Amino acid sequence: MSNKILEVKNLVTGYQGKDGFMKPVDGVSFDIEKGETICIVGESGSGKSVTSMSIMRLVEFENGRILDGQILFCGEELSKKSNEEMRQIRGSKISMIFQEPLTALNPVFTIGKQITEAILFHRSMGKKEAWLRAEELVRLVGISDPKQRLKQYPHELSGGMRQRAMIAIALASEPDLLIADEPTTALDVTIEAQILELLRSLREERGMSIMLITHDIGVAAEMANRIIIMYAGKVMEVAETKDLFDQPLHPYSKGLLESVPRMDGERGVPLKSISGSIPRLNEVPPGCRFSPRCPFVTDKCHKQEPALEKRGTRQVACWHVDELFEKDLLAIKTEGGVPIES
Amino acid sequence: MLRFMINRAGQSAILLLIVTLITFFLVNLAPGGPASTMRMEATEEERQAIVEKLGLDQPVHIRYVEWLKNALQGDLGTSFTSSEPVIQRIMERLPYTIELTIFTIVISVILGIFFGVISTVKRGKAGDHVINFVSVIGLSVPAFWLGLMLILLFSITFKWLPSSGVGPRGAEFELWGWISHLIMPVLILTTTVLPHIVRFTRSSMLEVTSQNYIRTARAKGAKESVVLYVHALRNALIPIITIIGMLIPRLLSGAVITEAIFGWTGIGTLIIDAARGRDYPLVMGITVMITIVVVFCNLIVDFLYSRVDPRVKNV
Ligand SMILES: Nc1ncnc2c1ncn2[C@@H]1O[C@H](COP(=O)(O)OP(=O)(O)O)[C@@H](O)[C@H]1O
Ligand SMILES: [Mg+2]
Repeated sequence: MSNKILEVKNLVTGYQGKDGFMKPVDGVSFDIEKGETICIVGESGSGKSVTSMSIMRLVEFENGRILDGQILFCGEELSKKSNEEMRQIRGSKISMIFQEPLTALNPVFTIGKQITEAILFHRSMGKKEAWLRAEELVRLVGISDPKQRLKQYPHELSGGMRQRAMIAIALASEPDLLIADEPTTALDVTIEAQILELLRSLREERGMSIMLITHDIGVAAEMANRIIIMYAGKVMEVAETKDLFDQPLHPYSKGLLESVPRMDGERGVPLKSISGSIPRLNEVPPGCRFSPRCPFVTDKCHKQEPALEKRGTRQVACWHVDELFEKDLLAIKTEGGVPIES
Repeated sequence: MLRFMINRAGQSAILLLIVTLITFFLVNLAPGGPASTMRMEATEEERQAIVEKLGLDQPVHIRYVEWLKNALQGDLGTSFTSSEPVIQRIMERLPYTIELTIFTIVISVILGIFFGVISTVKRGKAGDHVINFVSVIGLSVPAFWLGLMLILLFSITFKWLPSSGVGPRGAEFELWGWISHLIMPVLILTTTVLPHIVRFTRSSMLEVTSQNYIRTARAKGAKESVVLYVHALRNALIPIITIIGMLIPRLLSGAVITEAIFGWTGIGTLIIDAARGRDYPLVMGITVMITIVVVFCNLIVDFLYSRVDPRVKNV
C-alpha cells in the first residue's frame, strides 16, 4: 500500500485560445504523502491555481480541459471519473479553500447555511443535526460565539473570520486532502499568522494532507514539509523545505529565496528580485522556460528543455546544476555580489 | 423603517408635484381646448360661455394652484366631458388595467426568468440562439401591428378569440369568456416586457456564474442544479428585480396601446378619450393615479430587493 495520497503525473491543462490550446500547466508532476504539507511556490501566473483546479476537476467548468497526464488520488484516477463521481469527491475527500474569502463566500446566504449545505451535500442527516455540526466546526476553526456567527452573512464578518468560515466549510466532511490556494494572500500579517497556525494545528489533529499554494516562499518555509517550485507551467525543483533553504539547486529557486528577507541577513541590504517577468502563455520561450531570466543561461538552455531529474531526495530541472553547484554559484547571497536587479 | 418611510413619502410627494406641474402646463398650453371640440355651428358666444364656465379664462398658473389646492383635499374635480367626478371615472376603469398588467407581469417574470436561465445553461447552443432570436423579434415588432395581426388570425380567420372588449363581468361572469378576452391583450403586453426580462436574466446569470462563490459551491460538491438554481439564481435575482421595477412605466405605456387595440376599457383607453376631449381634470387625475401606481410598485420592488440581498439594509 502506497503512502501517497496524491500523485500527479505529467499533468497538462489547457484553455481553448484563439489559436489552439494555451497551456498554463504543461507537464507537471509531483506527489503528496499522507499527513504531509506540501507547498507549491511560484510567481503569480505560474499555473499554481490551474494545477489545483485540475485536481478538483473544476477547470472544465471554466472552459479548461485536462489534456494529458494522470491524477491519482489514493490510487484512483481522477481524470477518468464521471462528473457525478467527481462531485462526490469534491468537498468530501478533497476540499479547497480560496484566496479571497469575501468573494468566495456567497453573499446572499448565511455562514450557517453555507456550512450546513456543505455537510448535507455528502451526508444524509437532519437540518438540525447539520446545524449542530456546523456549530462544532465553527468552534473548531476558532470563531467565537458560534451560534450568533452562523446566522450572519459574509459581509458582516472580518476577513480573517471569513477565511475561518471557509475553512469550516472545507472541513465539513473531514477531507483527506485540503487544497489551500493562497489562503492568506488577501489578509494582513497578523491574521495570516493565525490562519496558518490554524491550518497547522488542524493537520496535526486530523492527520490530513495539505497542499498549500503560495507565492510567498516565507509562508512555505513555515508550513511545508516539502516545497515544489513552479515556473510558467513547469515544476523547476522539488525539495524538502530545509534542504531548499540550505541550498537551492535551481537558479529560479535561488532567485525566489533571495527575494525574501532572512532573519540572518544583514540589515539595510536591498533585497534582490529576479529581473524580467513571467512569460505570457502565448510567448513561452523554447528550451528552458526560465532561460530568458536566468543569470547562468547558456546556448543549450535556449535550445533544449531540461527534464525534472532526481538528485538524491530532490528533483530539479536545470542543465547546469552540477557545474553551478560545484562553483558554489547557487548559494544564496542576500548581501554583496552583483545584484541581478535592485 | 420609520425613517425610510418618511424619506420615501417625501420623495414621492416631490415627484408627484413635478409630474403634475409638467402635465398641467403641457395639456393646458397645447393648442385647442374644450371649446374647440364643440360642433362647428357653435357661436363665438357659446364658446366663450363654455370657457368661462370651466374657468379657463384664468391664467394657467393660477388654475394650477387652484387645482393643486383641491387635489390636496382629495378633490380631483369633475370631468369636462361627462360631468361625473374624475375619481369615479378613474375607479371604474382602473381595475381593468390592473388586471391586465398583473397578469402580464406575473407571466413575464416567470417566463422571463425561466427562459433567461435556459439561455444561460445552453449558452452558445441552439436553445440560446432561438431564445435570443425570438426576444429580438419581440422587441422590434411594434405592438399595434402584432395586435392587429393576432386579431386577423384568431378573431377574423379562425374565430377563436373575441377581438375586443373585456368580456362578461359581474352577474354574467363566465370563466372562458373572461379568459378568452384576456389572452390577446396579455400576450401583446407581454411582448413589450418579456424580452427585456429574458435578456437581462441571461446577462445577469452569466455575470453571476463567473463569480468566485460559484466555484466555491462546486468545490463543496454541489450538484450543478444547486449551483445554478440556488447559488447563481438567488444572486442574479438582485439586478433582475431592479429591472422589473424599471419596466413598470413601460408596461403602463404599453397598456395604453394594447387597450386601444383591443377595446379594453381600462385607464389606457380612458386617457386617450380624455386627451382627445381636452378633458383637463380627467387627464390630470389619471396622471396623478398612474404616478401613484408607479411609486407604489417601486416601493414593492425596494422591499423585495431588501429581502433578496442581505447587504441592503432591511426596510
Ligand atoms: N479560465 C481561464 N481561461 C484562460 N486562461 C486562464 C484561465 N485561468 C487561468 N488562466 C491562465 O493561466 C495562467 C496561470 O494562471 P494561474 O494558475 O491562476 O496562476 P497562479 O495561480 O500561479 O498565479 C495565467 O496566465 C492565466 O491567465
Ligand atoms: Mg493563483
